[in-house]
Amino acid sequence: MSLPPLEDLVACSQCDTLHNAMTLSEGETAACRQCGTPLMTSRSSALARVLSLALTSVVLMIAAISFPFLDLDVQGRQSGTSVIGAVLAFQSSWGFPLAIAVAGFIIILPLTRLIALIYAIGPLTRGAKPRRYARQAFALAERLRPWSMVEIFMVGVTVALIKVAGLATVTIGPAFWAFAALVVITVLKDQLICRYSIWEELDTARA
Amino acid sequence: MTTAREAGLVACRRCGQVEVISAPHCQRCGSALQSRDERSLQKVWAWLIAGMIVYIPANLYPMLITRSLGHTSDSTIFGGVVELVELGSYDIAFVVFFASVVIPIGKFIAIIYLAISVQRRSILNMHQRHKLYEVIEFIGRWSMIDVFVVAILSALVQLDSIATINPGIAAVSFALSVLFTMLAAQSFDPRLIWDASRNTE
Ligand SMILES: [Zn+2]
Ligand SMILES: [Zn+2]
Repeated sequence: MSLPPLEDLVACSQCDTLHNAMTLSEGETAACRQCGTPLMTSRSSALARVLSLALTSVVLMIAAISFPFLDLDVQGRQSGTSVIGAVLAFQSSWGFPLAIAVAGFIIILPLTRLIALIYAIGPLTRGAKPRRYARQAFALAERLRPWSMVEIFMVGVTVALIKVAGLATVTIGPAFWAFAALVVITVLKDQLICRYSIWEELDTARA
Repeated sequence: MTTAREAGLVACRRCGQVEVISAPHCQRCGSALQSRDERSLQKVWAWLIAGMIVYIPANLYPMLITRSLGHTSDSTIFGGVVELVELGSYDIAFVVFFASVVIPIGKFIAIIYLAISVQRRSILNMHQRHKLYEVIEFIGRWSMIDVFVVAILSALVQLDSIATINPGIAAVSFALSVLFTMLAAQSFDPRLIWDASRNTE
């Protein structure tokens, strides 16, 4: 059996069925004939927009970790927290491993992911050649996607607010809004990232 | 339909590149290549069992320890849901119940079903099983909601004499349970579902 050149083949990541790569017109998606998983899409890669959203996210993340997040007032007694405060809340022995997990899921991994993405696609938006290890950086950014949990954290914040609402008056600080904006922008950015077109761009820019 | 393996090729699951089957790494993105993850099911079972074990203390021990005016009360995962119902927040209570009870238990059952059906080389409901795999991969991380609730409450409520909230051991074991089951789902190689219908060697 003779095979076309490897560049012209696409294999489904979910079921391994082999397909011939096809030329798609703008906005079209090719799906696997066996299992229906999308194989490739033809969408403008919108790199400039992805990059500006990623840069905005970094700024919002810095704002979210430096400003006050929530303040509590019970009978004149104040108590507040920043996002860092939520991370550093290990007053009890079980707080410490919890702090590491929270720091990882809401600050460290999301920031790593943003920086890797900016590093990988930054030069492409200027029409320059990709940086060394740009591919590894993009692969890392994609790999970290499920482990970056800013949107889940925001749902947790909502539940926590409802739980303390009866106990105390809560004041929402600027970091809360920065974090909320970060969630919206992250969702927008992730919807805009088209893996296939970014890999294509990385391939063609290499030449 | 031919598979990449039958054609002597291997697909990169990270970036979609196709390489010859003997290639150890993807030329495009550098990820390690494996035509099939031979140890997939072993890893799935190991992470799943670990996740199920730590889910037990997560339900028995307190998530939150509240000290208020000299008196201490503990609340478990389920207790936290009941508390929200008592506050009248039925929708939020439902969200927490779904994230902390329905998703984890549903996930245990779903992963066991997927692993066993692959071991038995079942050719039934392949499309549905593949969909199920996609759903558990997507939804598993949402179980972390309660862990974040505990972290925020214990950071926020630190009013020495009036009220303090601290995390209990269940918060840590619950977080581990979510982590382990996410790893179990990620270790599952969905190509194995479809292989049962193909005559392999
Ligand atoms: Zn497929
Ligand atoms: Zn690759």
